[in-house]
Amino acid sequence: MSLRYQRLLLIILSLILIITATMLILYNTRENISYFYTPSELNYSNIKINKLIRIGGFVEKNSFNKVSSSTFNFRITDDLNSIYVNYTGILPDLFREGQGAVIEGYFQNEKVFNAKTVFAKHDENYMPSSIKSKLENSGYWNKNY
Amino acid sequence: MRFLINSKRFNVFADIIFKPVLVLSIVLLIVGLIFAFFLSPDDYQQGSTVRIMYVHVPSAWLSLMTYLIMTVYSIIALAFRMPFGFIVNTAVAPIGAIFTLVCIISGSLWGKPMWGTWWVWDARLTSVAVLFIIYLIIIFINISFENVRVREKIAAIFILVGSINLPIIKFSVDWWNTLHQPATISKLSKPSIDPSMMTPLIIMTIAFIFIGITIAILRIKTEIITRENI
Repeated sequence: MSLRYQRLLLIILSLILIITATMLILYNTRENISYFYTPSELNYSNIKINKLIRIGGFVEKNSFNKVSSSTFNFRITDDLNSIYVNYTGILPDLFREGQGAVIEGYFQNEKVFNAKTVFAKHDENYMPSSIKSKLENSGYWNKNY
Repeated sequence: MRFLINSKRFNVFADIIFKPVLVLSIVLLIVGLIFAFFLSPDDYQQGSTVRIMYVHVPSAWLSLMTYLIMTVYSIIALAFRMPFGFIVNTAVAPIGAIFTLVCIISGSLWGKPMWGTWWVWDARLTSVAVLFIIYLIIIFINISFENVRVREKIAAIFILVGSINLPIIKFSVDWWNTLHQPATISKLSKPSIDPSMMTPLIIMTIAFIFIGITIAILRIKTEIITRENI
């Protein structure tokens, strides 16, 4: 084998080692890298009362209540489990029922989550607003956009 | 295709294509911006803010593409002792850094009205910030050593080590929960974007590619001349 292919082999082997090492680190720290927990990922082991965490999911349909002009409560769901959230503050424009959201805050007790910050999450679908109204008129608007 | 690995042939080829590429990048950018601002519809959810995508997504793609090119050139340059690879690496690193910066700034401007925050430390945003830092380190290596032969090798090895970040950026939105949404285009299924919004995105991407090539030609030619005079 010529010298240049020995060097090529060395480079490729080093790259494989670096990739393996990085993947091992990332795999074993995945819980910390994830930005939020979904309601189903939360269980008794990682619900810590009064500790700042983030939860994410969809704002459950028909769960949104406006208590006062800046106080709201709603449920965050991933279709399997849901969490009751209290929030005082300004909601982002995209925030609405059925929309994805990430909530930063802490559990007041095992059932109630007090939000400090609310982020709206938008999905990877892009569609002109004119088409949406057409779909609604023809009754095809049933997907959870 | 020898102009891709040989300085002399590159110079000859670059002189032929430079003007057409320059004209094409200006025309494409103008057409792309007209499409992005006037001929594309508002999004059903995001309204007019969706137009930030036509700058954000191409610059994100280009920042990754530039790094990919540097990775390939690093492997070839180190394994086959090809000086032109080192020249390209030195020349295009700042271009990649600028694309990354444009991506971060436009994304930040997009994040504020949509998510409600300029910046969060989720996996996608953090890995792109790391990409920007890697680009800066490569630039610093390229200007910090007196000896060209030493610094170009150190830079190439560092580029290879940093290339592990590319798959992390790409798959960060699939592997972990992130505030950033998953990819729209790269899915194997039909892209979940309307054709009327896909058109400006494609035009802007091609425009960005040609802008990148234009600056790259100038910088590579400069780098070749600089090295001849050492």
